[in-house]
Amino acid sequence: MSAPVVTRGLTKRFHGGQVAVDAVDLEVPAGSVYGFLGPNGSGKTTTIRMLLGLIAPTSGEVELLGEPMPKAHLRVLPRVGALVEGPAFYPFWSGQANLLRFDAADRTADPKTRKARAGEALERVGLSNAANKKVRAYSLGMRQRLAIAVALMQRRELLVLDEPTNGLDPQGTREVRHLIRELAGDGTTVFTSTHLLAEVEQVCTHAAVMSRGKLLRQSTVADLRSELRPRLIVRTPDLGAAAETLQGMGVTELKTSEETVEGDPGELPIEKFAAALVAADVRIHGFGLERPSLEDAFVALTGEGFDVAE
Amino acid sequence: MSPSEATADAAVAVRPSAGRHTLALFISELRLVFGRARTQVGLGVLAAVPLLIGIAIKITGSEGGTDGFIGQIAGNGLFLIVASLGLSLPFFLPTAVTVISGESLAGEASLGTLRSLLTAPAGRSRLLAAKMVALAVFCLAATMTIWISGLIVGFILFPVGDVLLLSGSTVSLGNGLLRAFGIAIVISLSLLGLAGIGLFISSLTSTPLAAMAATFGTFVVLGILTAIPQLHAIHPWLLIYRWQSFADLLRDPPYWHEIVRNLLLQAGYLAVFYTAAWARITSRDIT
Ligand SMILES: Nc1ncnc2c1ncn2[C@@H]1O[C@H](COP(=O)(O)OP(=O)(O)OP(=O)(O)O)[C@@H](O)[C@H]1O
Ligand SMILES: [Mg+2]
Repeated sequence: MSAPVVTRGLTKRFHGGQVAVDAVDLEVPAGSVYGFLGPNGSGKTTTIRMLLGLIAPTSGEVELLGEPMPKAHLRVLPRVGALVEGPAFYPFWSGQANLLRFDAADRTADPKTRKARAGEALERVGLSNAANKKVRAYSLGMRQRLAIAVALMQRRELLVLDEPTNGLDPQGTREVRHLIRELAGDGTTVFTSTHLLAEVEQVCTHAAVMSRGKLLRQSTVADLRSELRPRLIVRTPDLGAAAETLQGMGVTELKTSEETVEGDPGELPIEKFAAALVAADVRIHGFGLERPSLEDAFVALTGEGFDVAE
Repeated sequence: MSPSEATADAAVAVRPSAGRHTLALFISELRLVFGRARTQVGLGVLAAVPLLIGIAIKITGSEGGTDGFIGQIAGNGLFLIVASLGLSLPFFLPTAVTVISGESLAGEASLGTLRSLLTAPAGRSRLLAAKMVALAVFCLAATMTIWISGLIVGFILFPVGDVLLLSGSTVSLGNGLLRAFGIAIVISLSLLGLAGIGLFISSLTSTPLAAMAATFGTFVVLGILTAIPQLHAIHPWLLIYRWQSFADLLRDPPYWHEIVRNLLLQAGYLAVFYTAAWARITSRDIT
């Protein structure tokens, strides 16, 4: 089976002349949970809009489930569940009525099972109790859940989700991540954009990193992380002596903070460092290797901070 | 078999009923238009037109000596239907059509529901068709509301009987009601050109209020142009030039010439603006 999402040289230049997406080549493997990472304004939503045929690329191609977009959109999109840039609904209608309307727009959706499917989808996102409440009275998190419910109205081969946990409380976030894992377990490929590195760490098998419209990396999450070397961290009151000892043993990128000295240990096994520090009469309060987080990987790639990650 | 055929077949296998539920969107569209309080209030206002006219005439008595349909109401309640339709045509009905048509696409765009509909996928052409059909049904519902309200109020407040036509002959009450019904149909068809303009303008923007204002502005400009005698050369091409031709249904036999030309003109406006709306919606970036 070909990759569910493939783009070649995908580019979008808006009327102002700004290039929002710049020659992006994506390849999302079947069955993966693909985290599409990037800071604000890096072009994630614009890319997703082009994937779904909402906006036309300036150049480049999109293939969804093996068919060209937007040419084959009527054939392809019924098999794709989508959530694009935040929840949008008819505020004067109930959550259920909204689901029924979007389902009715899909001519392949069976009207006989529509109500039942809406009920199941609402149940899955925990909105059964609010099904008949007007969306005007929904909280942001409830709307976000409802938007996910729209994507779940049918069995989908591919889910394209733009920041699905945006606005959710911790409980809701956990539930959505659980849901994504569950859907992936059933064989659905999930393409999800996010600001949250924790989200990628927890649910994604693959990740792509966008920055200023360019795709910097795409690989498995494990590969992304393993590229970063582990760091040696020593907690000690004797900062000067510790730093000197480590430097003498070839530790590079040494950094000293209030209570710790850290650096890249190179290839030496770490017990050698412990022995040397003890021999140098350095008092050790803590000692170990730290596996780099995806956040470090991200910063290393984009050279940017990630203040929205909280 | 190519890979794309294989996947298409798989999709059909998953959904045996695929492709058969084209109508659902049209029904949903009607629900959207007629379920809104705004629409219901609008229809309520239209229903009140015959009531207001009827009460005014009842209170002032029949001695007004006014010409036209209004003057005939006191003698025959059936003319309340015709007078109400005629009086609603220059302002109330176009306003209602302006509001609903301006809202149609711009409203979806401003809510953001347009992108959900398109990823459903509704299909841009089909969505536009559903919007237009709902607009046409609204035009019909609007004139029918006046017809029914006029019928009820007219029959309660005034005597009814055989109908004196413009050409001087008299027809039965049933025949008169049928002609009034025909007038309602002709008037609702007369509104389609304006509905087409509204739909097109609505496809240009994401601000429903702007679409409504622009549509109404266009309507007013067309009205002003129609009122300037020096422009008589272009008058036959103006949207509302033959709007009053509906009265020709009250001749014996009905005089079709002007009515047909009006309807052809409406069809022309509708075709031009619907095509323009289609060109716009099928190429527009939906953000
Ligand atoms: N309709 C538009 N017209 C002009 N520029 C746009 C338009 N939409 C987006 N942009 C620009 O394109 C760039 C990418 O925007 P996009 O919405 O794709 O970012 P994003 O990665 O989804 O950001 P966020 O994390 O904030 O959602 C931004 O600089 C934005 O200003
Ligand atoms: Mg975005």
